[in-house]
Amino acid sequence: MKNTQNSLGAYLKKHWKTVVFLVLVLIGIGIADQFVNSFMRRLLNLSAIYTIVALSMNLVNGFTGQFSLGQAGFMAIGAYTVAIFTVPVGLRSTIFYLAPMAPLLANIQLPFVVALILGGFLSAGVAFLIGSPCLRLRGDYLAIATLGFSEIIRIIFTNTQTITNGALGIKSIPTISSLWWTFGIALIVIIACFLLINSSYGRAFKSVREDEIAAEAMGVSLFKTKMTSFLISAFFTGIGGGLYAALLGTVDPKQFYFTLTYNFLLIIVLGGMGSISGTIIASFVVTLGQEALRFLDEPMAFGLDLPIFRPGLRMVVFSFLLMVVVLFYRKGLMGTNELTWNFIANKYRSIKSRFTKKAASAQGGDSK
Amino acid sequence: MVVGMTLSTFLQQLINGLSLGSLYALIAIGYTMVYGILKLINFAHGDIFMMAAYFAYFGISVFFLPWYVTFIITILLTMLLGAGIERMAYRPLREAPKTSLLISAIGVSFLLENLATYLFSGKPQAFPEFPVMTTPIFVGGLSIQPVSIVIPIVAFFLMTVLLFIINKTKVGMAMRAVSVDYDTAKLMGIKIDNVISSTFAIGSGLAAVGALLWCMKYPSVLPLMGVVPGLKCFIAAVIGGIGNVKGAVLGGLILGFSEVLMVAFFPSLTGYRDAVAFIILIIILLFLPNGILGKKQVEKV
Repeated sequence: MKNTQNSLGAYLKKHWKTVVFLVLVLIGIGIADQFVNSFMRRLLNLSAIYTIVALSMNLVNGFTGQFSLGQAGFMAIGAYTVAIFTVPVGLRSTIFYLAPMAPLLANIQLPFVVALILGGFLSAGVAFLIGSPCLRLRGDYLAIATLGFSEIIRIIFTNTQTITNGALGIKSIPTISSLWWTFGIALIVIIACFLLINSSYGRAFKSVREDEIAAEAMGVSLFKTKMTSFLISAFFTGIGGGLYAALLGTVDPKQFYFTLTYNFLLIIVLGGMGSISGTIIASFVVTLGQEALRFLDEPMAFGLDLPIFRPGLRMVVFSFLLMVVVLFYRKGLMGTNELTWNFIANKYRSIKSRFTKKAASAQGGDSK
Repeated sequence: MVVGMTLSTFLQQLINGLSLGSLYALIAIGYTMVYGILKLINFAHGDIFMMAAYFAYFGISVFFLPWYVTFIITILLTMLLGAGIERMAYRPLREAPKTSLLISAIGVSFLLENLATYLFSGKPQAFPEFPVMTTPIFVGGLSIQPVSIVIPIVAFFLMTVLLFIINKTKVGMAMRAVSVDYDTAKLMGIKIDNVISSTFAIGSGLAAVGALLWCMKYPSVLPLMGVVPGLKCFIAAVIGGIGNVKGAVLGGLILGFSEVLMVAFFPSLTGYRDAVAFIILIIILLFLPNGILGKKQVEKV
């Protein structure tokens, strides 16, 4: 007992900055939860959900070096699970007015958390089915199969009228408004990812990313490693999707068009493929940035009736941004680095030394 | 059940399958050629196809050019677009990791889709009609749109030309050399950049022809029209064996036939029409990971 206390004390002593930072973040969320208006609350919730999904995408694409584009599909599974199982039984007949809900499901109502976790497991189950054939192969088959899967899942959800209400979607999902759900789960996912990446599993992921042949020669099972990463990613994405459904209150197949995946791709590319902190920063920047750039879609952006400002410009700017990042800043914000205290200290030192050098050279110039 | 009736329906569906399959084949060739040379899934290929449809729509419906002028301009512009995309978005990443190249391809696709939505609006535009092509003619109890016959003829003519280019000309020889061994080809004095540009131009040109024929058959143009055909045609290329032009044609035909026949025999599954390709893809990847005509690849250290 004493021993554990000691090691806990040592741990706190070593990582006190991180602990203080985490406590500050929690206090910040608490304060924000009390005071922000509903618009900002929604944005912050969305940012946290994007963090969850982008982080799980980065686990496969950034850390394991596989290219999966199925985020929208896995989100759809999580979102629909939450929608189907949490809508109050009494409201179901009004929602499913074209065709009644399948009798097997019609009377099952689960608590939110249970539905959320179920959504995660269902989406991991589907990931297993897709991964089994695709992850055995080298190359880009996973990209096309996962992209195809997210299209198929949308087609299936549009056609299964008695389960998902088809193209009409499901309304009246009990919503979450507190920031704690999304930020709490985001924190859990972030910590889980940090622990995972620094474990032997994480090292296996990275070895597969760096060189498959070398990794295999060192005894890393390629298929098992890729599958583990893919399943964990799908699980978290499913949970992110469930939160998304509970945030919006409605789901319909159009929300999960595969272009949704491109948002997360932009986030992980911008943040750095293979950086957890980069992903977190980029999730907030992109989500808030998308709102901030909304003026681009308004015809009267600067009080002038400029014809270039009309709906669609915002997305053009966004896709252009993605191209610029890919072509000119391939490493993104963080590359594969993490925003640790050492990283900040080093950055600070290098900036400082650059300034002192400049000042010194300026002085040298003067004295001459 | 009347046997003759079902036979004629069956024949009719076969013709539909043949024409759809030939369209898929035309687009799939672009994927397979680029993959053969750069080992890249050119995600933007479906959107190049979409842009070609818009070029043709603007030529005929907005600038009132005669159809043959429009078709030539469309094909040339699309070839230019394809080669231009390669120059702007793929060439700077030649030495970069493959993931960056793939992301760049997705970025181009996303940019083209958004640009088309922004410039041409998200609403579907009606492609000008070609009554000669779409008025059904009756042959032995079958009612056939002439376009369904024209498509396979044009497609197979172009494929013959392409096979000639690949097998008999100098550019074709360079393409084959680059696809066998990129670095050695470079050492042998082949101008890699020119070869890659011409590959993109040829692939895009075929996609443009595909788009023109496609729009005669399904006369509606919209910014996301290239996405699903694009995905399916990539799958067609994988089915046939990626990197192999004949394989792409075979894959396209298999896909076209199975899609049309599934809808014909199981009308209740019509909603799942777009899912067929992906199911075939999964099956093929399980049993013939290199495709039907593909060679087994050995990865060397």
